Amino acid sequence: MTIDLENISVILATDCGSTTTKAILIEKIDGQYRQTYRGEAPTTVEKPFANVTIGVTNAVTEISELAGRKLTNEDGTINQPAQGDDGCDLYISTSSAGGGLQMMVAGVIAEMTAASAKRAALGAGAIVMDVISTNDKRRPHEQIQRIRELRPDMILISGGTDGGTTEKVVQLAELIAPAKPQPRFGSEYEMPIIFAGNKMAASEVESTLQEDWIDLAIVENLRPKLEQENLGPARDKIHDVFLEHVMAHAPGYDMLMDWSDAPIMPTPGAVGDILQTIAKKENINVVGVDIGGATTDVFSVFEGTFNRTVSANLGMSYSISNVCAEATMPNVLRWVHFDMDERQLRNRVKNKMIRPTTIPQSLESLIFEQAVAREALRLAYKQHKEFATTLKGVQQQRTVGDTFSQQTGGNTIVNNMTLNLLVASGGVLSHAPSMNQTAMMLVDAFEPEGCTDLAKDSIFMMPHLGVLSAVHPEAAAQVFERDCLVYLGTCIAAKGLGKLGKPCFSWTLSGDVNASGTCNFGDLECIDMAPDQTATILCEPARGFDLGAGNGKKVSHEVRGGTVGLIIDGRGRPLGLPEDRQQCQMSMKTWVENMALYEEIDVAVATA
Amino acid sequence: MAHAYTPGLKVTNRMKHSVVRMLPIKGDVMVKVGDSVVADQIVAATYMPGDVYPLNMANLLAVPPKDVLSLMICKEGQKVEKGEAVAETAGIFGKFKKKYNSPYAGTIETVSDVTGQVILRGPDIPVEVKAYVTGTVTDVNPEIGCTVESDVAFIQGIFGIGGETCGTIKFAVKASDEILTASSITQDMKGCVVIGGARITDDSIEEARKVGAVALVGGGMDDQDLKEFLGYDLGVAITGSEKKGITVIVTEGFGDIAMANRTFDLLKRFEGHEASVNGATQIRAGVMRPEIIIPIDSGASEVEIEYEGGYLEIGKSLRIIRDPYFGIIGTVKALPSEPHVLGSGSKARVLEVELKTGESVIVPRANVELIEE
Repeated sequence: MTIDLENISVILATDCGSTTTKAILIEKIDGQYRQTYRGEAPTTVEKPFANVTIGVTNAVTEISELAGRKLTNEDGTINQPAQGDDGCDLYISTSSAGGGLQMMVAGVIAEMTAASAKRAALGAGAIVMDVISTNDKRRPHEQIQRIRELRPDMILISGGTDGGTTEKVVQLAELIAPAKPQPRFGSEYEMPIIFAGNKMAASEVESTLQEDWIDLAIVENLRPKLEQENLGPARDKIHDVFLEHVMAHAPGYDMLMDWSDAPIMPTPGAVGDILQTIAKKENINVVGVDIGGATTDVFSVFEGTFNRTVSANLGMSYSISNVCAEATMPNVLRWVHFDMDERQLRNRVKNKMIRPTTIPQSLESLIFEQAVAREALRLAYKQHKEFATTLKGVQQQRTVGDTFSQQTGGNTIVNNMTLNLLVASGGVLSHAPSMNQTAMMLVDAFEPEGCTDLAKDSIFMMPHLGVLSAVHPEAAAQVFERDCLVYLGTCIAAKGLGKLGKPCFSWTLSGDVNASGTCNFGDLECIDMAPDQTATILCEPARGFDLGAGNGKKVSHEVRGGTVGLIIDGRGRPLGLPEDRQQCQMSMKTWVENMALYEEIDVAVATA
Repeated sequence: MAHAYTPGLKVTNRMKHSVVRMLPIKGDVMVKVGDSVVADQIVAATYMPGDVYPLNMANLLAVPPKDVLSLMICKEGQKVEKGEAVAETAGIFGKFKKKYNSPYAGTIETVSDVTGQVILRGPDIPVEVKAYVTGTVTDVNPEIGCTVESDVAFIQGIFGIGGETCGTIKFAVKASDEILTASSITQDMKGCVVIGGARITDDSIEEARKVGAVALVGGGMDDQDLKEFLGYDLGVAITGSEKKGITVIVTEGFGDIAMANRTFDLLKRFEGHEASVNGATQIRAGVMRPEIIIPIDSGASEVEIEYEGGYLEIGKSLRIIRDPYFGIIGTVKALPSEPHVLGSGSKARVLEVELKTGESVIVPRANVELIEE
């Protein structure tokens, strides 16, 4: 359908999550799009309702009551178009209800075509259940057994550059055909398989996969050459299949698709889209994170290249026990500035896992949860950096001069020194009692270097804006800038290590705020800078430290204030905490006090 | 009035319970509607297609893939024994032929002239499904499975380890707040579902396993003990497939926590009865909890009293399920409507709880569950 962007004044957007359906209203006020009201209601895909539109209507009704605008008709449908104070001009939606989109991918070489296939699936908003490749160190019958056990919504097969191997690609198809994976939507469901590999192998793959339970689609090769990725066609096909097959089997989605003026997107895909839009518009490098109860999503855009990873078992409720198991308890406890009994903590973690909706009541409990969050974020970002790499398998020409500086393909493209904006969302970050706590969780886990702006998604509206950016980019950008992001401030951090107490860098701030000082190694402090204030910071790093211009070289950055202010971080990168527990507690205590993390609450009383 | 969060645990003295017993693929159902079955009786059986062994015959014979089909001694669909020759090269002038003997017994499923790969399917794997719960067959789905229905007392635990088993209920403690230690486990508990009170200790699990108890049920356990029992730190709460020789179920949570009196008393009533237990737990969307099912006489006239939670009302009994008051029992004293700033600095809706000591504490509404005392 054609949408007349000029005449859109009222936009309604919903995000149907696994547990909650969130609706927002965007209105054009004085020529500018602003987010005005928000409503939420439980998602209704499970029995007894088994119809997602009931939850949508409930969330929209809440907005109607708050806004005094009739947004639903008597039969529960969306009231369109806007007339006076009633209705809306555009309705859009995203969804991750029912576990989102679950995929299995396959490629010939794990580090090459299989990695590209995984990138395509993740970029489209899927959860990748497993990656099958000819060199994944599993024997073929083990691979077949694994495929049999999984219950994916669809399978993506890649492999072979155009004109490259045919045999290995057909072998992949030969693994899938006898395995006959059972889809989770029942035996009537035809398993969609997308082939995006060597075009010369397409006909052989087609004949190998000629089974009545398979719905095969062939698209352009996602890795036509080793030095080139072409993920677009595969991603688009995944979106199409998601709508035609997966969504069509979810209760009530046929109605929701009728209501919506634009195709429904998987929630993480929409978040990725809005971050890409903002990175392109501002010409900056962005990292975004969404930490939930079960999973943590990390998105990055570096030099225009988008990557997304889902850490399926890193989260703050269902997965909290896994975070502690993966990170180990000593690593979690290094972020806590007082003694805690490990045996008791282990029980607390498991109790949170089995009763995921409980909330920290004591300060001690909150500090521990935020320590776990730092480790969950750190591990998720580590996984992201390992995944977001330059293409592997690309032939490189070298000269004699490269003898001592040779680099192989497959280096991470995530560079904290060139990162401009770090965006946080998810319960533990968004609902922290103080913004300083949110900022420090980000800084400790992501270890930004040089000059990095910190922000958080105010009410988790990035999914809504992501799908809106596909329909009305201008409205999406305006709301993102004005209402979505809450700027926490800027972090200035030096890369390098030194001796505790020795100079790390000196700095001079001029502009709306004027100040200067010397930051010693191990120092952490916060300078007040209001959200509307900007300034130029001139930094002169000591030898061995880098703030963006190179080792020991002066550099100046434009910095912006925020609800937290300007964070001057001289703890060095990589951030290493003292190994001795007592010393670590003392350092943490100083940092906690300098950042006023828990100042309004009497820690001594809370931990007694 | 607000609805109290409970994990939805069901505890009832009587209910109609039906359990669907299904084969993973089509097979034979050995019972008919109206049959009485006991828990360990096999009700359906079949054979699963065997494991698949791809053999790269082109490589193995050192021939081009397109030649493989013509060199196969055994054709598609043919059965082969382990060590039997399945393919042979043409040789030179009929001499120096090279044979390839099958490393597995099975059936040749496919031979590809593109990849030169032969798919060998191993022998079928027998699969048997037991009734699990003693009762009556009420429905049969031909070739798939059946439904067994019974009148039962039913208790859901909160977390478990290990799969389906059955045995006689036997108590190892006298009170619901008694910690279960190894000294309470006796030789006559072999084949029994052993009931503890409060925390189950690691030495009691070990002792129960040694004497041959099939399951151990208690109020709580320490995570450190769970780690030692499993041999690894449990990360994701998806359990049931552990092969530890015993099923363990905790009804309340982790740490020193007494079994709810209602659960303890219900189990006590059925001491000596047969019980079917399953420790399988999945704490995700589509949550699955461990269960203790006790078949009872269908003729008994006792009415069902079920307890699954309810609404927070002044005077109702509850338990606090989060530190700093974890496990403490009290009653609702007041339900202030305005959000309250907690010790953590967060704002949340709360309630005032009167403890048994007479002291009153403020607790977030999300951190309590209603209980029946």
